[in-house]
Amino acid sequence: MDEGQRFQDVNRLLVRTGPLANNGNYGSIFPEHVPFEPSADILPFLRTAAQILVVGAGGLGCELLKDLALLGFGQIEVIDMDTIDVSNLNRQFLFRSKDVGRSKSQVAAEFVMRRVQGVKVTAHFCKIQDMDASFYRKFQIIVLGLDSIEARRWINSMVCSLVTYEAGPDGALTPDLSSVIPMIDGGTEGLKGHARVIFPRVSACFECTLDLFPPQVAVPLCTIAETPRNAAHCVLYAHLIQRDRDFPDSPRPDNDDPEYQQWVYLKAAERAAAFGISGVTLTQTQGVMKNIIPAIASTNAIISAMCAAEAFKIVTNCSAYLNNNAMYMGGEGLYTPTFCYERNPTCVACSTARVELAVSPGETLHALIERMVDDARLRFKAPSIRAEGGLRGDTLYMRGPLEAATRANLELPMRELVRDGASLIVTDPALPVNTTVIVRFSS
Amino acid sequence: MIKLFSLKQQKAEEEKAAAEGKTKASAGQIRMQKDLSELTLGKGVELEFHMGADNLMEFKVHVMPDDGMYKGGRFTFDFKVSPSYPHEPPKVLCETTVYHPNIDMEGHVCLNILREDWKPVLTINSVIYGLTFLMLEPNADDPLNKEAATMLEQNRKQFEQIVRRTLRGGQMKVGAQTYSFASLVRD
Repeated sequence: MDEGQRFQDVNRLLVRTGPLANNGNYGSIFPEHVPFEPSADILPFLRTAAQILVVGAGGLGCELLKDLALLGFGQIEVIDMDTIDVSNLNRQFLFRSKDVGRSKSQVAAEFVMRRVQGVKVTAHFCKIQDMDASFYRKFQIIVLGLDSIEARRWINSMVCSLVTYEAGPDGALTPDLSSVIPMIDGGTEGLKGHARVIFPRVSACFECTLDLFPPQVAVPLCTIAETPRNAAHCVLYAHLIQRDRDFPDSPRPDNDDPEYQQWVYLKAAERAAAFGISGVTLTQTQGVMKNIIPAIASTNAIISAMCAAEAFKIVTNCSAYLNNNAMYMGGEGLYTPTFCYERNPTCVACSTARVELAVSPGETLHALIERMVDDARLRFKAPSIRAEGGLRGDTLYMRGPLEAATRANLELPMRELVRDGASLIVTDPALPVNTTVIVRFSS
Repeated sequence: MIKLFSLKQQKAEEEKAAAEGKTKASAGQIRMQKDLSELTLGKGVELEFHMGADNLMEFKVHVMPDDGMYKGGRFTFDFKVSPSYPHEPPKVLCETTVYHPNIDMEGHVCLNILREDWKPVLTINSVIYGLTFLMLEPNADDPLNKEAATMLEQNRKQFEQIVRRTLRGGQMKVGAQTYSFASLVRD
């Protein structure tokens, strides 16, 4: 199929306007209204210029790559550290049994390029933490198909740190919108899921709402040890307590180790029998040990479709987009409320101040701290300072129990501690959030 | 957004290579920086950063109770804080062999705020308070060492005597195994 034909229908959305096209949220997210201007240039922009990053090539990632390629995105990159496991094949449909053991991102990229002609998918087989700011900065938009809070927090703080500020006529700092990379987060858990749009430092970010996650369900250790009531308690006993007791000197085996899983299963079954509890099986043991939540292909498809559609609308501006969170509750009928998360004024990722400071390379850390305390803009009382990539280590000066260990740094000149342009992370008991101070060496 | 995107591409070309290190501080590390710099350690608590001052995520806390049946001892707790902190609580293990109803012989600690009652608003300070309290007031309600808990409940005096004996060092059978106790006090 030739490209013009393939994207004929998509293009209809881009070359014509409609009654709803300009009823967007643009005004609520950005200070000035950005109207949709239909144009024949938008599709080529989508095909050749707009770079989109898909984080994760698993259940959501496979769906996202397919959706985005078929929506007209022509320059896609995908990053995933995982290899294909046989248990992925039921829903991660870009993989076949011959691919087991290979990199998810590479196999997915090859498949999509084979299937959708003209699309370029670049695979990165590594951790998200292995890539630096210059990698993430090049994207117009980032879509997340992740399964952990930890990875979401990392990428969230990365995109927040990419935002630069510009001073308005009144001296107030506002985010430079051309440095704001929109991020779309999808997530599923069984029959439930969410899709969420984040404009870093403009709308609520992932860290702003971290407290809204349900606390991790943990059974008290003493219940596990003394009064098990169900099969999971028996597995946790073998896994968390009995292993250390039986093998006190050997390092803890990997949760994926089949021999260890078998051992935990047998010990859990013994304990279950002793307490008259039923339901301990090997599959159940693996589920408890690895905290596995059942993945459902249709939930992944629904959430990915929502995320892909949002990416398309944001990049082309052709229609109103989600403001800023949709919950899909497939487990309770079919209820899909949307609502707007508010920013948290004390968020450590997106509400932190960023201040540039001219520093003479010979100025000591002590002198710099005194100058920071005197600087009315900063409002510091007793700052503790760490650097991102310090020359003699990251911890420059800490109050509290590390004070004695870091005191010697106070007398060192700044050029021996950090490079020009380094970010200093400053925390202070007087301020609820940290401040980033960018060091600019003056000659 | 299209206009913004084109603008961005222009800017990216103009932009000079920034001196950014690969090590971005994680939100968990920043929170630990704040927690640790604002610690108010009471008497009888010491922190040791055995991995060096650069690693804020792994350290030891020595608790030296000045009262109660564990008075005079020095109990070392190993703290490992994951990048998910404070969404996840720190992992704490007691490295000193101790006869205590809420600490088992492998060092697992039963303290509610380390598991089921952990909240992200809690800090390292709260955990240290919790551990200090546990060494002052062992309780029989959440037993991890059932033998110790039963004895504490039924015969507090005898329990106290055994604790004092273990603090002077030597060996003792707990359950099916014999354990060596370090000599912590001389009285």
